[in-house]
Order: sequence, then C-alpha cells, then structure tokens
Amino acid sequence: MEQVKCECGHVNPHGTAFCESCGKPLQDVGEKRLLDMRYEGSARRSQTYKRTIIDQIWAFFSSVKVGVALIVITLIASAIGTIFPQQMYIPPNADPAEYYEKQYGLAGKLYYELGFNNLYGSWWYILLIALIGVSLVICSLDRVVPLYRALKRQGVKRHPHFLERQRLFGVSRVNDPDDAIATLKERLAKQRYHVREEDGHLLAEKGRFSRWGPYVNHIGLIIFLIGAMLRSVPGMYIDRAMWIPEGETKEIPGTNGRYFLKSEQFIFETYQKGKENEAFNAAIDRVGNGMIAKNYQTNVVLYKRVGPVIAGAEPKLKKVKEYAIRVNEPLKFDGYALYQVDFRLGEPKAMSFQLTDKRSGASFGTVHIDLYNPKEEYDLGRGYRVKLLSYFPDFEFDEDGNPSTKSRVPNNPAFVFKMYAPDRPKGETSFVAIQQTIEPFGDNKYKMAFAGLETRNVSGLTVRRDFTLWILGIGGAIFMIGLIQGMYWNHRRVWVQRVNGELWIAAHTNKNWFGLKNELRRLLDGTGLTMPADRLEEGKKARQGGQAHGTA
Amino acid sequence: MKKQQRLVVRTAILLVLLAAVGYTIYANFFTEKTAVAVGSTAPDFVLTDLNGQKHRLSDYRGKGVFLNFWGTWCNPCKREMPYMNDWYPVYKQQGVEILAVNVGEPKLSVKKFAERFGLTFPIVIDQEDQVLNAYNVGPLPTTFLIDKNGKVKQIITGTMTKEDIRRHLESIKP
Repeated sequence: MEQVKCECGHVNPHGTAFCESCGKPLQDVGEKRLLDMRYEGSARRSQTYKRTIIDQIWAFFSSVKVGVALIVITLIASAIGTIFPQQMYIPPNADPAEYYEKQYGLAGKLYYELGFNNLYGSWWYILLIALIGVSLVICSLDRVVPLYRALKRQGVKRHPHFLERQRLFGVSRVNDPDDAIATLKERLAKQRYHVREEDGHLLAEKGRFSRWGPYVNHIGLIIFLIGAMLRSVPGMYIDRAMWIPEGETKEIPGTNGRYFLKSEQFIFETYQKGKENEAFNAAIDRVGNGMIAKNYQTNVVLYKRVGPVIAGAEPKLKKVKEYAIRVNEPLKFDGYALYQVDFRLGEPKAMSFQLTDKRSGASFGTVHIDLYNPKEEYDLGRGYRVKLLSYFPDFEFDEDGNPSTKSRVPNNPAFVFKMYAPDRPKGETSFVAIQQTIEPFGDNKYKMAFAGLETRNVSGLTVRRDFTLWILGIGGAIFMIGLIQGMYWNHRRVWVQRVNGELWIAAHTNKNWFGLKNELRRLLDGTGLTMPADRLEEGKKARQGGQAHGTA
Repeated sequence: MKKQQRLVVRTAILLVLLAAVGYTIYANFFTEKTAVAVGSTAPDFVLTDLNGQKHRLSDYRGKGVFLNFWGTWCNPCKREMPYMNDWYPVYKQQGVEILAVNVGEPKLSVKKFAERFGLTFPIVIDQEDQVLNAYNVGPLPTTFLIDKNGKVKQIITGTMTKEDIRRHLESIKP
C-alpha cells in the first residue's frame, strides 16, 4: 500500500485526511473552510484496506453505523420482551404454548411462536449482545490506534492551511512577536498547558488523556461482558432452589454434598393492630389487620460434612453456625449465600385415622401415618390391624381412570386400606381420600375415621454463588472512570505561529468550546493580540442572514 | 504496519472474539444443564435397595451401568421400565447392570410399583435427594450411561423405546 509523503517530509499512512505532523490537508478539501478534526484526520484502517475476507469482516464491525444498528435492534427486542411476562414468571404448571394464547389472544400466540417468551436467554439475543461486544472491540481498536499515533506524532509547526481551517482562528499584527510569544508561553504554562516550542512557534496542549476516556469506558464494558460470559462456565455461577421443611436436615444443592442445612422453624409474621406504632394503624386498617407481611424468616443450623463425600451415604456432620435467614439477610458461607424466597404453610406431614365400627361408632385404635414414609402394616392389637395396600401422596385419577399420584409431595393424600378385625378375618377394603371414602367391594362394617392432620411449614430458599461479581464490579468501575475521564476533562490545544510577519493563533478542543474561548480571552487579555474568532458561529450567523440577535 | 502483519493481527483478534462468542453460545445451549458432563467420571454414591442391600456405584467398575432416575408418578418412566426389565437378564450376562434410582418416594410406593410391574433389577431410593443433587437431575426420566471405567458416555432425558434401550445397553458393554 502506497504511503503519502507530505511536503513537510512526514510520511503518512494512506487515507490520512491531513498530515500527522504539519496538518496540511492531504485530501482535496475543496471549498470546506473548516477541517474535520475527528480522530485527528487519521486513517481508520478499516476504511483503507478491504482486500481479504478478514479485512471485510473487520471493516463491517468497525463501522459505528453497524454498532448503532446492533444496539437499536437489541433495545427494540429487549423492549418487546417486557410486553408480556417471560416464561419463568408464568404459573409453573401452565403450558406456555397454551398460556400465552389464552391470556393474551393472538398477540400472545405470536409472542410465544416468535420465541419472545424466553427472550433474554435465547440464542439470538445472546448472539446480539455478543456482536455488540465484538463491534465495541473492533470499533475501539480501529480508532484508538490511529488516534494515538496521530497525537503522538503531531508537529509543533503546522501548515498555514491547517491553522486557517481551525474553528478558532485569528491573525494579529504585532511589533515584537518574540515578546508576545514569550508572554503567551508563560501564561499558557500558568494555565497548566504543556507547551512545546520549535523555531519560535508554539504548541500548547492539555488534557490529552481525556481523549482516551471513551476507550477506557469501552474496556470497562468489555470486562463487564466477559464477566457475564463467565457465568456460563461451570462453577462460576450457581443459582439453585431448595425446599426444606421444618425439622429436617437436607443437603444444600450446589455444594457438592459438602454442606447440610437444618430448618428449626419457619416464621411468618404480619403487622397486627395494637402491636405496632399507632402511626401505622391507618395503613393497617386500610389493608386489613394481619394482611401485611412483616417478616419471613427461617431459623437454620448450617452443618459441614466431615470426611469423604459419597452421595447417599449417611453424612457425618459438624455444626458450623446457627442463623436466622430473613429476606435480604442471607446466610453466607464459603462463597455461598442462602436467601429466603418462598414458603408453604401447613404442608401435611402425618395423618391419623381411627379404625371404627360404622354402626356403633366404637373405636379400636388409632393409626398414625407418616406421609413421607408410611408403614405397610399397623397392628392395633386384639386382632385388629390395618394394611396399607396403596398410597397416593398427591392423588388424582389418571387418563385411564386409575388412582395415581401427581408428585411425591403429600398435597392430597389418598390411601387404600385393608382393615382386619376378629369378625372380618379376610379383611375389608376401603379407599380413603380427603373428604371421601369409597368401598369398592360392597358395604363394609368398619371404616377408617379421620382423626387428625399434622402439618409443618416449608421454607423455599435460593442457593446462590457468584464468582463473576467482582469482575462485573471492576468492569463497572473502569466504565465509570472512562466516562469521567472523557466527560470532565477537555483536550485543548493552542497553536501560535509566525506567518509572514503576522502572528497566527488557532485553537481546538474536543468539547466545551465556550470554556476554551473564555480561557483564550484570559490568555490574550492585555497583550493587544486579536482574539481568535469562532468561525463556526460566524458561519451560522452568516447563513441566518444577520438575524443573530436573540437566542444564543 | 506491513500488510501481512496486519492480516495476522486482525485474524488473531477475530479468532479470539469468535472463540469467546462461540463458547458462550455453546455453554448456554449445547451442553446439558447437569452437573455431570459427558466424559466425566460419574459421581460415586451408595444407596439401599428394596431388599436392604447396599449398592455403591464404584463397586460396578468393570461393568457398564445403565443408571435410570425415575418416579412412580412419571408416565414415561412407567412406559420404559417394563422394557428395561425385559433386557435386564440379557445384558446382565454380558456385563451391563441396570440400576434404577427412585427420587425419594416412600418405600411403600416404590415397592408396590415394582411388584405391579414385576421389576427384577435393583431399585434404590434416594431418600435425601443427595444423588439427585450430585447428578443435578432435572426432568424425569433421566438416564446416565456409564462405561466400565466409570465414565459417563451419554445422558438421555425423556422417554425411550424398547429398541433405544437395547441400543444404549449395547453401547456400554465392557
């Protein structure tokens, strides 16, 4: 690829808009009065080399238009994803294929069929985010490298064409240019400009590091995206659910069998009138006494397994600590956190029945059935015994009309008993469910009379471990640093040059021209030098045909 | 920068980015959401069967193990268990064991189920969900095919036909 040699002798990469060193426009600027100072006129490489397929891919991602398009598409998709609830928020037993159509009609059906029901985890959404990441990396690289190069190589002495095409530009006639330049040099240094002098010309510059702000910001974003990506690496991110009934000790999922938890008690409290500050009475009256939740709490004991981990084996446990898990007050240990997220009150645990003579009502003993582990046979003595033929913890009739169970949780227990008595040695069969009894083989003499239900509360906890948080934190911090760096500092440059016995002053900043103009005014105050004019403003005024008064 | 050098740098950067994007997509959509990956060693466990006999997975080294997680309420399990029962004696002779892990139901329910279908292969009950957690089993049935070296060869979720089961048993013959 050919390079372009400027008349000042500096060799520029192909595609450079104006010489890196002296600033002489290399491309035909035509009638344009002002130079486009973006990226210092440097050649963005993607715009100059498009030979191989790699170069073409590079050029595609280097385009800010492509980047903006990707962001807009992602924004629109994200917005659509909020119109109807995501699949994880619809009732867990609902079939999404039916649910969306039933709830939201045709729009819901379309929503489901186009895959918006699980948008944020869909492959194309993740791909979009990933493409934004790629665009970010390539856009940044493609601009920061040439910009760095151009700013590093900029010469002090600039070509007159460069100076007169700056937005702030003025010409002064002075008797003693040496003195004026010396004064300016001193004043610029006082304003904390970094001043370079060459052949009696000045280049004063400050705040160049502000130019790196956007790129620092992008590095932060990329680190953030890497953190998000790491969540899919096994072990980095754990998010598991755990249901634990009162009184039970269970393995904590996601800990590889190393930790166990015992629930001592689940507590659910509401605001009660009379017990709270009087100021709350009105609010309690409005919603109803005992209707506003005050506290969800699980009192737990954390245990660590001692010795080798073999799943299923009776674990040897060592107590670690006791803790009360409340909403937003998780139990933290070894990088894990256990959050209170859900509960079930009064889940059946055991049921009692009395073997009763239907006619006389006489009872022959009580059967106490553990709903999680019922016995096969209960002997009541004196020749009375009850056999449990079948047990359905979550009873329903299946498609064929046979009794069956929906799950292993005893939400709706049902039993098939065979009752033996001295006068019924062959036994009588009885099907018992909540609120109903069926005697399949005719009229029985005995029945199993319901005698009590033992319940307990169950806590729903979330087990969370996130090793990506600190990466996300660092990414976020760098993002903010970049933002501040780019927003609160300006890159200002002032050129002072002797041209044909005149003193030319030009100035440039990447933002806040108002501030630069004020600074220039202070610098030139009392020197008798002409304040450079803002030629962009002048141009606007000229176009408005002299009606420049009024709004600024 | 030289043209050649530029191409190398660009290719390298694009490859790194492609690898990162590819990995994310792969890890999210093409791997099983189980703790046990294909090719890794199946976590050891010890559970008791309906006859009170203990079964430890590591004792089965040298044999293929067809490890099936099931529940009595799961209809696909009901369908495939008789097929497993048919193949069990055939493949036991050839060094492949069938081990069914029930997901912590009452022993009574499991026993009645086994009696009803006349199941002869060992059925163990994971009372405490420890094995379920170790294998991070989601939907039922889920089957892990374990080879003679204790490595997971394949993970199957969902129902299997009789022919599927034969093929799977065949694939883990020692």
